[in-house]
This record gives sequence, structure tokens and C-alpha cells, in this order.
Amino acid sequence: MGFLSKKDVALIKDPLFDNNPITIQVLGICSALAITAELEASIVMSISVLFVMGFGNVIISLIRNIIPSKIRIIVQLTVVAALVIIVDLVLKAFAYELSKTLSVFVGLIITNCIIMGRFEAFALANGPWRSFLDGIGNAFGYAIILIIVGFFRELLGSGTLLGIQVLGDPIEKTGAYAFGYENNGFMLLAPMALIVVGIIIWVQRSRNEALIEDH
Amino acid sequence: MGLKRILHNLKEKYRGTKMETAFGALHTFLYLPNETTHGGTHIKVADDLKRTMNTVIISLIPCLIFGMFNTGYQHHLAFGDIQAVTGGFFSSEFWTLANFTVGFWKILPLIIVSYVVGLGIEVLFATIKKHEVEEGYLVTGMLVPLIVPIDIPLWMLAVAVIFGVVIGKEIFGGTGMNILNPALTIRAFLFFAYPTWMSGDKVWIEGAVKRTQDIAEGANLDAISGETILGSLAQNNDVGYSVMDMFYGFVPGSVGETSALLIVLGGLFLIFTKIGSWRIMLSSVIGTLVMGLIFNFVVDSEWISESSKFYGLMDTMFWHHLLIGGLAFGIVFMATDPVTASQTNRGKWIYGFFIGFISIMIRVFNPAYPEGVMLAILLMNVFAPTIDHYVVQANVKQRLKRLKVKSA
Repeated sequence: MGFLSKKDVALIKDPLFDNNPITIQVLGICSALAITAELEASIVMSISVLFVMGFGNVIISLIRNIIPSKIRIIVQLTVVAALVIIVDLVLKAFAYELSKTLSVFVGLIITNCIIMGRFEAFALANGPWRSFLDGIGNAFGYAIILIIVGFFRELLGSGTLLGIQVLGDPIEKTGAYAFGYENNGFMLLAPMALIVVGIIIWVQRSRNEALIEDH
Repeated sequence: MGLKRILHNLKEKYRGTKMETAFGALHTFLYLPNETTHGGTHIKVADDLKRTMNTVIISLIPCLIFGMFNTGYQHHLAFGDIQAVTGGFFSSEFWTLANFTVGFWKILPLIIVSYVVGLGIEVLFATIKKHEVEEGYLVTGMLVPLIVPIDIPLWMLAVAVIFGVVIGKEIFGGTGMNILNPALTIRAFLFFAYPTWMSGDKVWIEGAVKRTQDIAEGANLDAISGETILGSLAQNNDVGYSVMDMFYGFVPGSVGETSALLIVLGGLFLIFTKIGSWRIMLSSVIGTLVMGLIFNFVVDSEWISESSKFYGLMDTMFWHHLLIGGLAFGIVFMATDPVTASQTNRGKWIYGFFIGFISIMIRVFNPAYPEGVMLAILLMNVFAPTIDHYVVQANVKQRLKRLKVKSA
């Protein structure tokens, strides 16, 4: 791999599965529960986090040697906040409806543990290129879970995907609804998101013995 | 003994293969196992887990049979085929073959779906985890058909059973390890997933939903309304049923929960056989009455106006709460589940009291959840280990104190 060394590939690949920020590190659960009732919101949230994490990690990495360590958390917050405001304003300008759905949760990206965690654990100690890879790797790991959860919740809860009625029309009783199928309202409630994330964790750990913790 | 021999042989034949658990289950379901424990001294008692489960099922059978008659009775009554029963519990107008037939053919599929799906999952997990099939589903499988509305679509029931058994029980390690009562997990899933099939004034009467659909399609028929007592009270409407109707169970409601009389009989049977805890039942009843009295007191003191949306349920005579809805059924058959209830005697008093207390609170203050007992029991299930912990700690403290006094 001329372009990416083996270590670099690991930076991107590890957080996708074996060190996933949501299912293994159990970070960023809050937003995963709150905004995954629709697939579209999940995707937009993932892209926002991708943007913030990628650039945030690079910026922190670039200024890592001039941040006084006593106030580093404040500096990190300022960087995330600036990036989040950019995302928020872009969403408000170009996808107003969606930004209303995501509401406060875009703003709350600032407090997303994954981002602060990666700043602290990685960007403060590594160069900008590797920090960038680590940032987007973790953001993709976050995105995968969000999209899986959003997919199942929207499909089973509303019978739609990205707003398209894939299972037929519930009012006109076409498609699956003609056979008496009904949407599962529980899927739209936050507790079900927790259960779906739990099932993903279950499946993942039962397939990979290395992840099973000892007691 | 022919069958027993055959089962023994089958079990031996499949020993060590994947199918062993399935044959083992079939074998021990019908007969005592043909193997004994080796080494050490063992106490032999007759009431193993299976005997316990079967006792509970026996105590449920009156409710089930009554549910079959009542389903038919409510159906015929709502469709105008018969008049309301006036002659008491043994009135011959109620116990008719026509009533039974309707109910039987309606409830049988519920029971079959409940058991086939639930036991199927148990066997699946036993095969994957390579242990014996556990008997835990026997009671749950009988409870589930009794606590759902009669018109619930079978596939919904199947989905809910899968969810309840997997998420409510198997995840925690199977029978005896579960935190939540599986039957109530199944009902709670149905309630939150498909609220239109679990509440309202149509689902409690066989055929009422279909009639509504027919009318929507232009049929010239009268709509049928079968509001439950709790539903009417939540809307501040008068209840058209006498107290004796409520006690006997001649009212709409989930399949097996309407007859307080038969539930009390089942409860006495459970207490007599020492399967169900009388402490939990009694303290739940006390909790219910206390909360009911508090609300009655609020009404008597005229602290709320008659137009308040809580008035109907608050004004309900405190002991009527025990007769309406699924409260009695929940207290006798669900709250006493030995796995999910508190284990200590003092803990049982606290656990039961709060079940009754919170049930009525939910009933009155949140008419969107017309039956509070389901949520109250699930909530207390979660708290049961904590209650036990503090009861045990208190006991330890007391004993330590005694020890200090002695040594000093």
C-alpha cells in the first residue's frame, strides 16, 4: 500500500468493527438513540460528525504543541464548537426541515464523547495526517451503527426508507399492508434504539470471541 | 409403558447430537427422567420446576375456560343476539355452547401461536447454547393468551412472543435469570408497538374491528363499541356494569382477566399449594386500597372539580379498583412470579405494596395507559433486587448490632 501504510489502514479499519466507538467503546450513545428514528437523519448526522471529527482532529493535531495542557479541554471545545456551528448553519441554510428534525442534536455534537475522546486520546499525540485518518475512521464507525439502527427503525417503525414507502401505503392498504401488516410503533421510541444497539453488540460479540469480556 | 420406553430409547439414540435437547425436553415433559444424580446425598422432593409450573397452569384453567365463554358472550351481546345475563354467576344464559364455541375457536389459535413460537425459541436457544430445554415458557405461554385482547392479529402475537422471550429472558441467561416478567414484556411490547390493537373500544369484542372495517367499506351496519370499564371511567363516562358483573367477569377486557371471582379462586389455590406468595398478593391489595382511598379522599375533600379528566377514575370506589381491569390477574399471577419478585419476606411486602400503589396511580393519572398494573409490575421487577439488597443489608446491620451489644 504505497499511499496508506499498514498502520494507517488499521486506523481507519479498527473503529469500523473491532473497536467501534458505539458498540465497543460505548460512546456517543445519546445521539444514536435520539435521532435514528429516520434513516435520513441518521445519514445527515453521520456526515456532520464525519466533518467535525475529520477537521477537528486535524486542527487539534496541528496546534497540539502550542496548547497549554491545563486549558486543553477548553481549546478542544472551542474547536468543536466552531465546526459544529458551521455544520448547523449549513444545515439550516440548505436543509431546513432536516435541521428541525435533528434540532438540538446537531448542537450536541459538541458534547459527543467520541469527538472529545479522540481529541484527548489521539490527536494530542499524533501528527495531522494520522489524526485525520483516525477521525474519519471513528466517524465511519459511528456512521455504520447509526445507519444500521436508522435503517431498521425507519423500515419497521414507519414502513419507509429515506421517506420512500417501501412496504406500501398504510392508509390505502397496498403492498405489505394489504396482508394486515402494521408498522411497529415501538420502533419509533428511543428505548427500541437502545435495544437495537444492544442486539448489534450481541451479534458482534458472539461472532468475535476476542471481544467477550471476562468476569 | 410403551411410550416411556420409546422415549428413553430415542433419548439414548440422540445423545450427544444436536437434537438431544429437543428429545430430552419431550421426554421429561411427559415422564420423570430415567437418570439419577450421582454421588453425595440429595434431598428428593416432588415439586420440581415442572410441577411448580403445572400448578400455576392448573390455577389458570378456570380463567381460561371462563374467558372462552365470556368471549362468546361479549360477542353475542354486542351483536344483539342475546340479552345481558341477570341470573348470577351460574346463570344458564351465560354458560351456553354457542358462547363457548365462539370463544374456543378464537382463543385456541392464540394459545397455539403462543406455545409454538415461544417453545420454538426456547428449543432453538437450548440447541445453540447446548443445554436442556428449560420449562420456563410453560406458564408464560399460558399467561400470554389470557392477557391480550381477543382480536389481536396472530402475527403480532408471534412477533411479540419472539421479542419477549429473546429480549426479556434469553438475553439474561434463560429461565430463572430474567429480570422482567416475560409475559408482561410480551404484553408491553404489543402495547407500545401496536397501540391501536391493544386499547380503545373495539379490540375487546370478537368481530368489532371487522365490523368497523365493513362499515368503512360502506356496509349498512351498526358500529359496535365495547369499551372496557377503565376506558369508560377514563373518559368520565358512566359504567354500564353492576359491581356483581365486575366480580363475576361479565365485562369486556383481555381474554382471561375479567373474572375476579375465578382469579381469587386461582390465587387461593396458589397460596394453598404454596406456589404463590400470599405476602405479595396481600400487600398488593393493601397498596391498591391505600391509593384508592387517597384518591377517594381527594374527591371527598372536593380538591378537584368534576370536569377534571381524572375525576372519573378518582371517584371510583376504592375497592372497585380491585375488580376492574387486569389488576387482580396481575397481582395473583404476574406479581407473584418467583423469579422476578423480591425474594426476602420483608422485600415481598414492600414490592407488593408498591405494585398496588403505582398501578392505581398510573390508572388515574395516565388514562393513555389504561391498565397500570402491567407497567407497575415491570417497574417493580426492576426494583426487586434493590429492595432485596437493602432488606438483607438492614438485617446484617441489625445482627451486627446485636453482636456488639453481646460482646460489650
